Amino acid sequence: MTEKAASSLTRICLSSTAADPALHRIEIMPIGLLKYGLRRAYPAKPDLPPAQELKSSYDVVIIGGGGHGLATAYHLANDWGITNVCVLDKGYIGGGNTGRNTSVIRSNYITPESVRFYKASVNMFDGLSQELDYNVMYSKRGQLTLAHTDATIRTFRLRAEVGKFHGTGIEMVDRKAIREIVPCLHMPLDARWPVMAGLWHPEAGTARHDAVVWGYAARAADRGVEIHQRTEVTGILQENGTAIGVETTAGSIHAGAVVQAVAGMSSVVAKMAGFRLPIRTYPLQAMVTQPLKSFIDPLVSSSALHCYISQTARGEIVIGGGSDPYELYSTRSTLDLKESLIAHTLELFPFLADVRLVRQWAGMTDMTPDYSPIMGESPVKNYWLDAGWGTWGFKATPATGKFMAQAIAIGRVPDIIAPFRLARFDTMALVNEMGATAASH
Amino acid sequence: MKVMRCPLNGDRNINEFQCAGEVTVMPDAADISDDVWRDYLWLSANEAGVVREWWCHLPTSYWFIAERNTVTDEIVRTYPSEEVFNKRVEFVQPEPAKDPAA
Repeated sequence: MTEKAASSLTRICLSSTAADPALHRIEIMPIGLLKYGLRRAYPAKPDLPPAQELKSSYDVVIIGGGGHGLATAYHLANDWGITNVCVLDKGYIGGGNTGRNTSVIRSNYITPESVRFYKASVNMFDGLSQELDYNVMYSKRGQLTLAHTDATIRTFRLRAEVGKFHGTGIEMVDRKAIREIVPCLHMPLDARWPVMAGLWHPEAGTARHDAVVWGYAARAADRGVEIHQRTEVTGILQENGTAIGVETTAGSIHAGAVVQAVAGMSSVVAKMAGFRLPIRTYPLQAMVTQPLKSFIDPLVSSSALHCYISQTARGEIVIGGGSDPYELYSTRSTLDLKESLIAHTLELFPFLADVRLVRQWAGMTDMTPDYSPIMGESPVKNYWLDAGWGTWGFKATPATGKFMAQAIAIGRVPDIIAPFRLARFDTMALVNEMGATAASH
Repeated sequence: MKVMRCPLNGDRNINEFQCAGEVTVMPDAADISDDVWRDYLWLSANEAGVVREWWCHLPTSYWFIAERNTVTDEIVRTYPSEEVFNKRVEFVQPEPAKDPAA
């Protein structure tokens, strides 16, 4: 419709409503919006540039267009001026685990190396919406982890001490404090697993995982990074033990450096490069209820009961729990997990019994023997790994992007991610975080 | 519920079983490099496709082998481990390593 036609339409509507002034005011608003939308002065700006042809070579090729791959691309361009970068995804960006997690952001781990790293990431989330000029709906509201046994209390004490040492808020709380933090928590003393104490981590929060993907993608694209969706990598080109490019469903490309950030598919892609990883792929399921009036602010987690919950800005209760019992490359969800997850959640929040479950889904998680990630070099030169993120990858998105970009740009792994090198398995220098990954085991 | 056919007990709910990972050949620890031992301890094929795994029926502690498709979630075949492991293994004590400090 032209502007002239829109003006004519306005006049007709105005004349027909001239009799009743109140009706006149109600009619004006939609016509005004229509005129605004049609004016050429306000063109719609797509978040991502339209799909382009794959070039024949790039300085850096990133396999995997999830949060980690896109954050790495953004930081390569933003921090190091390396813009001749392409991100390849066999599906749509953020369609993998970044789109399937329960969006928990925290740093209350048990090893000093992990707390140091995750704390850096949590700090980056603080300013992320500003940095990306994209609302990631970051909501800092604290996480309460529950201890139901003496053994757990012992590990909580260690986590509190490590947190204190590294300047991140992690503290032990007793039943009285727990009652104040989460008044609606059901905590009878005669339960099978009574709530004995808790670990309070005020810096924890959530963010909208899809928005994190889109924000990084948009700003990376702004800086010249190319994002190619529905482009699957089918092979890694090598020469003398060095990666020189990739084969894709849209043709072959040469690369100065190749990065794989493909989560559950880590072993499948690494196999193309000719090596194995200490990774096993397990589904991790999650589910969400209908929206409810806001009644719980902090995140609540229980490892003994293998469940953790949070309430979204829309009022839905997101429920996550333990991994599936056997390896599978699938995102299917099961009745078994629905039953066990609900049973445990109702132990803590029995009043949710009649609430409707709206959706259940799963991600494919790349689990490592020590529940810590694998970042840095691989057995192939110029081939970088960002893998083994299992059930703990979303919170690490900003820091991984920043430090992987640094590693690729200067050719050396920064100290903060060095503990997570693949070579740690050579010397048994595992970073054991099984306890602090909460419910996922 | 998903059903798995135990070679000993017949069709049972899959939650009566525990998967114990890929069937691998344990190398002779006395006769290999650290790298080979590391690979055996930590690395997995983690195949997307048909895999051969050790499974245990927990109520009866019966161990067996299952061939399973990790993409379609289909259990292809389950069979007693004697099909694969049917030769006696002699556990010979290796010569104690010479103490370099002695």
